[in-house]
Amino acid sequence: MSEITLQIDGKQVQAREGMTVLEAAQSAGIFIPTLCHHEKLEPYGACRICTVEVEARGRTNLVAACLYPVEQNLVVRTRSEKVDKTRKMLLELMLAHAPDAAELQDLAQEYGVDKARFEKESSFCILCGLCVRYCAEVKKKNAIGFVDRGARREISFIPEIASKECWNCKECFPLCPTEALQAAFLLTKALTSPSPPSAPE
Amino acid sequence: MPKINSPAELEKLRKGILSRRDPNKPCIAVCTGTGCLALGADKVVAALKEAIKKHGLEDKVDIKETGCPGFCERGTVVVIYPEEICYLQVQPEDAEEVISQTILAKKVINRLLYVDPTTSDHAVRESEIPFYKNQMRLIIGSNIKLDPKSIDDYLALDGYSALAKVLSQMTPEQVLEEVKKSNLRGRGGGGFPTGRKWEECRNAPGEVRYVIVNADEGDPGAFMDRALLEGNPHSVLEGLSIGAYAIGSHEGYVYVRQEYPLAIENVTIAIKQAEEYGFLGENILGSGFDFTVKVHRGAGAFVSGESSALMTALEGRVGEPRPKYIHTAVKGVRDSPSCLNNVETWANVPLIINKGADWFAQIGTEGSKGTKIFSLVGKVNNTGLVEVPMGITLRDVIYGVGGGIPGDKKFKAVQTGGPSGGCIPEEQLDMPVDFDELAKAGSMMGSGGMIVMDEDTCMVDVARYFLDFLSDESCGKCVPCREGIRQMLKVLTNISRGKGKEGDIELLEELSQVTKDASLCALGKTAANPVLSTLHYFRDEYEAHIKEKSCPAYVCKALISYYIDPEKCKACMICLRQCPTEAIAGGKNQIHVIDQEKCTKCGTCFEVCPSRFGAVRRISGEPVPPPIPEEARMIARESKEK
Repeated sequence: MSEITLQIDGKQVQAREGMTVLEAAQSAGIFIPTLCHHEKLEPYGACRICTVEVEARGRTNLVAACLYPVEQNLVVRTRSEKVDKTRKMLLELMLAHAPDAAELQDLAQEYGVDKARFEKESSFCILCGLCVRYCAEVKKKNAIGFVDRGARREISFIPEIASKECWNCKECFPLCPTEALQAAFLLTKALTSPSPPSAPE
Repeated sequence: MPKINSPAELEKLRKGILSRRDPNKPCIAVCTGTGCLALGADKVVAALKEAIKKHGLEDKVDIKETGCPGFCERGTVVVIYPEEICYLQVQPEDAEEVISQTILAKKVINRLLYVDPTTSDHAVRESEIPFYKNQMRLIIGSNIKLDPKSIDDYLALDGYSALAKVLSQMTPEQVLEEVKKSNLRGRGGGGFPTGRKWEECRNAPGEVRYVIVNADEGDPGAFMDRALLEGNPHSVLEGLSIGAYAIGSHEGYVYVRQEYPLAIENVTIAIKQAEEYGFLGENILGSGFDFTVKVHRGAGAFVSGESSALMTALEGRVGEPRPKYIHTAVKGVRDSPSCLNNVETWANVPLIINKGADWFAQIGTEGSKGTKIFSLVGKVNNTGLVEVPMGITLRDVIYGVGGGIPGDKKFKAVQTGGPSGGCIPEEQLDMPVDFDELAKAGSMMGSGGMIVMDEDTCMVDVARYFLDFLSDESCGKCVPCREGIRQMLKVLTNISRGKGKEGDIELLEELSQVTKDASLCALGKTAANPVLSTLHYFRDEYEAHIKEKSCPAYVCKALISYYIDPEKCKACMICLRQCPTEAIAGGKNQIHVIDQEKCTKCGTCFEVCPSRFGAVRRISGEPVPPPIPEEARMIARESKEK
């Protein structure tokens, strides 16, 4: 494995080929916020909150740190006016769905989100896909998946699988940054194990 | 059919086919592309066959069901060889006359010809019709000359000669150099240099390499790839095979959307024929080169036209873009180097090989070579597929080829590049059609959609339409695209409903920037273009909607009203009878009045009010005058008074 030197926030950082900017930053103790990233899972690049500014071959670009591969002499800025502005807007967009999520609230404070500009549509889910991917990649059960696409995309437990697998696992619950997962599961549970026809009192 | 084992055998076969064809034998070519089929081309063919039978001409006249020649506005298109007489809007009822007059009596039927709207001159041949005359039809011109289900037809037009040349006379490196030298750029959207993509794929590490045809065309109003794949599938396969040889690939795919059944049918037949003849398969033309092609039907998601999403879909998974900072040419299908090019790009390749890169590179501009096929649609007289040399001005396309705007309306904008493109206004019409120029104007070449809009188009509504499309078609994976589009659409919808507020334009700009900067794939990165370009060129229209609650084009229903001018109304009852919601009060000799509560703003009254009265007015941005009192509504008609 060849050694690569890059610069993150003015600091020289050593990394190995094939590492991402996020991994290199983490190894050097430099913090980059993430929401959809999990070290046990394949990089996904959906929440974009890890957006950083990179300078390579004379061009400056915004890229997702969790995906962008390190290269020799790469210059990375984890905070800049543009990065902060982008993260702020991304947070505002996500907060419209999960206004009470603690993780989002903390970041919102950091990036100066002071008022809600977007109408609340509390689906509680920001579609980070941690549950879906954890179930598929680690547990290999596929008990939860995405349905539909675009603005209508949502997560849904697959009742046939969920009714067998989930009750004793629930390992995805603590991964959820917004607690939407629990609500989705309770709904599925109610649907898959309906209470017996209510007898007259 | 025994396999063809060498270029010499191919030439022998071609000579055989040509010698069996009498160039003077009448042949009636009927477009049976999807557009003309929808107009009943199959019935025209049946009627022609019937008439031929009736006259006992079965052996004397050929009938050919061809692909789309492009003049969809005037379908069903029929061309009669050898004279090349071009009949438009042919109906089954015309069949008898076509046979008895044109075939037997050698007379041209005037009423089926193209009539020039200004000079009233009749054009007999295709090449005399301005729509065709002003084009350069290198790629699509063959469509009307061949039956896409017949490989012999393709061979008769010199088909597979480029493949034979490449396999027998050129090394893969030479092919690559030739394509690089031609400066061919991808016709699917981004305009990436094709030769460089091929080279990157060829040089990428890996055992297996794939070449793929992108036929996932999904832009609203675009159908050029469908017409090519339907109309001349062998030309695409030949280009693909040449690319495979240059890149070192032995497996190819045609990724075509399920909504294109005829394209799927024709390309599937073409593959089978090419395998039988030995243009696909093992040891092609005795060269030792092996190459097979499979058709993959896509489920019809717009985002699957994006390279990494297409490849994910090809692997059998949901078509979502992959996180990538590595080109699919290096790591694509099943992580192998994969070269994806658009239908039209592949179709250009045989031409470049046959005529040479130098010939190709002399067509077009410095940065954009060759021709480009556009779907010219919207408010333009000649809608259809047009192929023009790069560098032609937008004005020449819209007015020269397209015949201008119907109904003496004023041109307002042309939208190029589909949902990722932008709207270009009147003052930029002399801009040359060129990848870089279009991008500079805030639009893009895209795959070649060209939607012409006249003065009755509201630009806020146009932006809203495209964002609505994208909010359905985004895969929904990443936040900036999914949520950015969702919020931009909300703002635009509010503005068009009269709920726009101060700061909306700035919010749109801010959302556009983040969507552009932070999205995962090209769909998201370009999704804001319809908003940004309309904001750039038509900001005043946004401001009118927001500040004056007025829609200057009278499109946004929430902002317009219809009003009958009591001074002009002659109580003719026409609008009153036609109003679908019975919102118009009045009667004989009684001035008509619109009940604004009941009115759904369909505009029927405005359209049907006789122009000599012109009593119905559209109002936007100002209050509707109160209805005149009932007692004042009687019209005294002196002549009719007793």
